[in-house]
Formats: sequence, structure tokens, C-alpha cells
Amino acid sequence: MTRERLRVVFLSALIGLAFVLAWQAFAGTKPAGKGIPGPLAVGATAWQMLADPFYDNGPNDKGIGLQLAASLGRLALGYLSASAMAVMLGVTLGLSPLLYRAINPYVQVLKPVSPLAWMPLFLYTIKDSGQSAILVIFMSSLWPTLANTAFGVASIKRDYLNVASILQLSWSRRLVTVILPAAAPAIVAGLRISVGSAWVAIVAAEMLIGGTGIGYFVWNEWNNLALTSVIFAILAIGLIGVLLDAGLARLARRLAYTE
Amino acid sequence: MSETGMDALRARVVERAVERAVFGGELGRRAFVRAVGATTASAALASLFPMAAAKAIAQEKPGPPEKRDLKIGFIPITCATPIIMAEPMGFYKKHGLNVQVLKASSWAMIRDISINGETDATHMLSPMPLAISLGVGSQSVPYVIPAVENINGQAITLAAKHRGLKTAADMKGFKFGVPFDYSMHNFLLRYFLAEGGVDPDRDVQIRAVPPPEMVANLRANNLDGYLAPDPFNQRAVYEEVGFIYMLSKDIWPGHPCCAFAAKHEFMEKMPNTFQATLNAILDATQYARDKSHRKEIAAAIAPKNFLNQPVEVVEQVLTGVFPDGLGNTRNVPDRIDFDPFPYHSMAIWILTQMKRWGYIKTDVSYRRVAEEVFLATGTARAMRALGQKPPEATLVKHTLAIGKTRVFDPDQPDDYLKSFAIRRT
Repeated sequence: MTRERLRVVFLSALIGLAFVLAWQAFAGTKPAGKGIPGPLAVGATAWQMLADPFYDNGPNDKGIGLQLAASLGRLALGYLSASAMAVMLGVTLGLSPLLYRAINPYVQVLKPVSPLAWMPLFLYTIKDSGQSAILVIFMSSLWPTLANTAFGVASIKRDYLNVASILQLSWSRRLVTVILPAAAPAIVAGLRISVGSAWVAIVAAEMLIGGTGIGYFVWNEWNNLALTSVIFAILAIGLIGVLLDAGLARLARRLAYTE
Repeated sequence: MSETGMDALRARVVERAVERAVFGGELGRRAFVRAVGATTASAALASLFPMAAAKAIAQEKPGPPEKRDLKIGFIPITCATPIIMAEPMGFYKKHGLNVQVLKASSWAMIRDISINGETDATHMLSPMPLAISLGVGSQSVPYVIPAVENINGQAITLAAKHRGLKTAADMKGFKFGVPFDYSMHNFLLRYFLAEGGVDPDRDVQIRAVPPPEMVANLRANNLDGYLAPDPFNQRAVYEEVGFIYMLSKDIWPGHPCCAFAAKHEFMEKMPNTFQATLNAILDATQYARDKSHRKEIAAAIAPKNFLNQPVEVVEQVLTGVFPDGLGNTRNVPDRIDFDPFPYHSMAIWILTQMKRWGYIKTDVSYRRVAEEVFLATGTARAMRALGQKPPEATLVKHTLAIGKTRVFDPDQPDDYLKSFAIRRT
């Protein structure tokens, strides 16, 4: 480890420790059960929950591991289908400036809509709360990938495309060997933003629909004003978010290229 | 005669009775049957009238349920006591059903998953099936209420800073929470305020807040008070953020609150299942009525899977021995009580209030809607079959005691409506 890196780690640990101490000191000013629970209380709850993360006491009470797994399952379905569609649409738009400019106003209108605003409409039309939640994830992870893919494809160097047409590559070969690799860094950057917003949306969606998932878990604990569990869930959500982002960052490094 | 022979006979008798009623006596029925043939006649009739359901309700012992694995939705509040307790305490099993009770996060959600068919039957606020059947604030889907879940059991809770406040007039400018627009809570709060001379639309703000979020909102000063289901009144006392200003039974002693409801379609397509579910609920309700069982029930419904509340709080609600947040311990055994009978007059009262506050703008035929949604007659039959004693009349006078004592006569709903000074009609 370099000297520089060591200093970063040291400083980071120091900030974390200072925060936890300040939190404990602040929480300690009120008697137990009143005010914000301190890190010790949260730690005890975390210990208890992690000791048995996969218990299943029926539909309304499952362990934290099962809840996270349910959320990740929803995320995978919504995010993967949205990404596939966003890349396809993005490539089409990126290759056709005319289409891009024609469709862009609609994308701009739909993009800022909170994915949760779609929920009542989905529930009414699809008539299934589980599928509606997945569609909310779909909506939240569609736009960043779409916009980035279109941008990435549109800014591929003309030389690459010219060479491809001189070589008389078929459309599908041109897509796989030239367009997608050339636009890959932009696409992956979009995918990274998308996974973040999907993970943000899922908690809120699950708080609305209930049933299973980490969002339902937070809601159920809120019901009981069990703040230690809520804080623990916040930490778990954050950690999973970091892991998802780190996975895509790795992918981005592998697909990067220099001209 | 054998048991099945008896049931078949009973079914034919019901069919004949309905036919006679529809065709205006035996002669009319015969003429119709001669003209179109017996099969067509009964098919034509079945399209107009839920014959299967009528037969099933008339049978003393329902046939085997068409479907055993059921899902029933609930909101985690003590109003849902019979629906919830019937799972851990085995009432559904006793009636041959395998029921999963599913916790829903809000009333809008419980309405949507029920309409979508994700649940077979559901816990609802008793005005909701009326509103949904009329297509008010929802798509129009015919619903039925075969049993009222609980009577009384709600309260007006105010934030701790309002201690010492006495009358409704002192509450001008307040922000109140109610669980849903179409709730007894909304109508009772409006009634209480209006009797105290406070216009609930102009002098205060009333918002729909899901019950579990109410305590947090009270603590955050987002609300001055709420008329809400328990345990969230008692929970506010437990958290020392509020006090119980008034129990809902002091506004209308014996008022209905939540209901056990299902789509009309469920009753029609699965009459035996419907009957078995109703029997389980009636059985559980009867058990809950006995005050000596309340502690046992509190322990059964408090866990994470159901209410997710401290047992102590649920016990204070169900036994009626509770601290009120003002330093007193009160003993009100009927703070919450359980009486399943869905009086038609209750439905008519609710409809008058929906009109009063502008939720219904057109004329409604009170009696017809009440009879279609509140299945008092079927409930009475089912109760008798279980050895319970239903009341004789489905229409009774109700007395609301807050402010000026007013007697609600279900035969004169329009006069009742006109007797209020504050109304939106």
C-alpha cells in the first residue's frame, strides 16, 4: 500500500470513529427508549438479526436475508429488462439523429417523473402489486441508460463507421464488433447510474406495496417505531448499493479503451 | 331424510322462493317456465340473482369449500382482531380453510389488491365497500360486508402540547389525521367537530394518513391530533407524545368501524368458501366478545407477523384498562367491542354522512344500497346456524350522544341530513 493510500484509509477511519462517538454521546443524553437509539443499540439489533437472517415466520415476518434477497430479485428483473430495452432503443436513437431529435422531447418529459408516480397507474392496469413494483424499477432504471447509450452511439467516431461500411460488414456484425464496443464506456456509465436509481426506488416502492422486501421491512419496523431496526436496514441498503456500484465499476474498467 | 337430501330440498325451496319473488307469485312463475322451458328459466334467473350464494347461505352446513387456500388482507390495527386472530388461534382451520393473512401498508393498497384479486377477502373500513360499490373514489366494483369486525375502539388523540384543551371550539386551525376519506374515523371526527360548531372543511384541515404513520406525524408536529384506530392512540400515550382526548364510543356508542368484506363475485362464484370464511370470522368474533379472552388474544396478535406492537399496548386496548396520557388510568371494558351484525341502518347512516360532506353528489337509494352491501339477513342466518343470537331487526334507530343528542331514524335519512346546520348539500 502506498503512503498516500494509507493516509486516506487512516483519515477515513478517523472520520467514521468520530461520527460514531458523537452519535453515541448524543444518543446517551436521553434515557433508553426515548430519542434516537445509539450505535450500541443498533449494533445489538444488527447482531440479533444477522444471527438468524433467513428465518421465515409466514408472509409478514421474514429474516433480513430473505427480505434483501426479495428486493434484489425484484431489482434484477426490473433492472435487467429495462437495461436491455434502454440499450436497444439507445442504439437506434444514437444511429439516427432525426429519430433522436424527434423522440428526445418525450424522453425529457418522462425522465424527471418519480418512478413511484407510476405506481397507481400500474396497479390499476396490470392488476398485480408484485409486477407493478418491478415495473417501477423498470421505469427508474430506463432513462439514464437510454440517454447515455444514445449519446455514446451518436458520438462514435465517423471513421469507425466508415471503415465498417467499406468492409461491407453486415448490420449485426457492425453492431457487435464496432458500435457496442465503441459506445461501451458510455453505456456502462449509464448502467451505473441506473442501478443506483433503481435501488433508491425499490425501497420506496416496497414501502407502498408491502409484502416482502427491505422496503416492507423498514415500513413494518416503522409501524412499531423500532428505530434500531430502521437504522440497521438503512446501513444494509447502503452497503448493498455500494456493492452493486462496485460491480459495475469493475465492468467499466474492463470495457474502457483508449483511442 | 338424509343430510344431503335435506340440503337438496332446502336448495330447491330457496330456488322456488326466489322464482316466486321475481315473477310475482306461483302463477307468474309457471307461465314463464311454460313459455321458455325449465332450464332456460332457471338460467335466466341465475343471471339476475346469485342463486348459488342464496342456496349456500340457506344451508345449515355448507358444502365443501371450492377453494381451501385463501389470502385475506389486513391493516395492522386492533380493528382487524377477528380476521387476524382466526389464523394463529385456528378458527380458519376449524372451518376447513387454510388462510394466510397478508399485511397491507395502506387503505388504498388494500382496496387495490382486493379489486385485483390478489386477496380473496379483506379487512376494510366499513364505508369503503359502500363507496367502492357506488364507484365513489374508486372504480365501481360490487362489494359485500357479511360481518362488521369491531364496534367502538377508536379515539381522538391530541398532541401532548394540547393538554388542558376542553372543547371542539378550541380545535380551530388544527391539522387532523384520519386513516382514509371513506372511514368511520373521518365521519365521526367531522360529526364531532360540527356538533361543536367547527366546520371540518373550513376551520380545520383533515388529511388521510395511514395509521402506522400517525404517531410519527404527531411526534414531528405534523399533526395536532387524529381520530384513528388503535393501537395508535394508545401507542401515542406509550411514546408520551399524545393523550387520549375522547373515545369514539363517546360520540356514537356501539358505532361500527371496520368490516370483513369481499367482492360480490367471490360470494357468487364460491358460495361454500364464502360461507366457511364468514363462519370462521363469526366464530372468532364471538370468542373475542368474551372479555376474559382479551389478554390471550392480545398475545396472539401482537407479534411481528401481525400487529408488530408491544403486547402491553395491545392489551391496554383490548382490555380497556389503560393510561390516558393525562395521568389517569381508565377502565372502560367496552373501549373496543366485537359485534358482527351489519345492520342496514348503519350503512344508511354512513351514506347520509357521505352525502352530507359531498362525497356523494347524486341521489342514492339508501335502502337498496344498504341491503346490497350489508348482508344483514345472510349474517343472521349464519349466526343462528352457529348457535349465536342475531338481533331481530336489520333497521334500528341509532343514538349519537355528543353535543345535542340526535336519534338517527333509518326510515327518515333525508330529514336527518337536513337537521344538520353544517353540511355541504
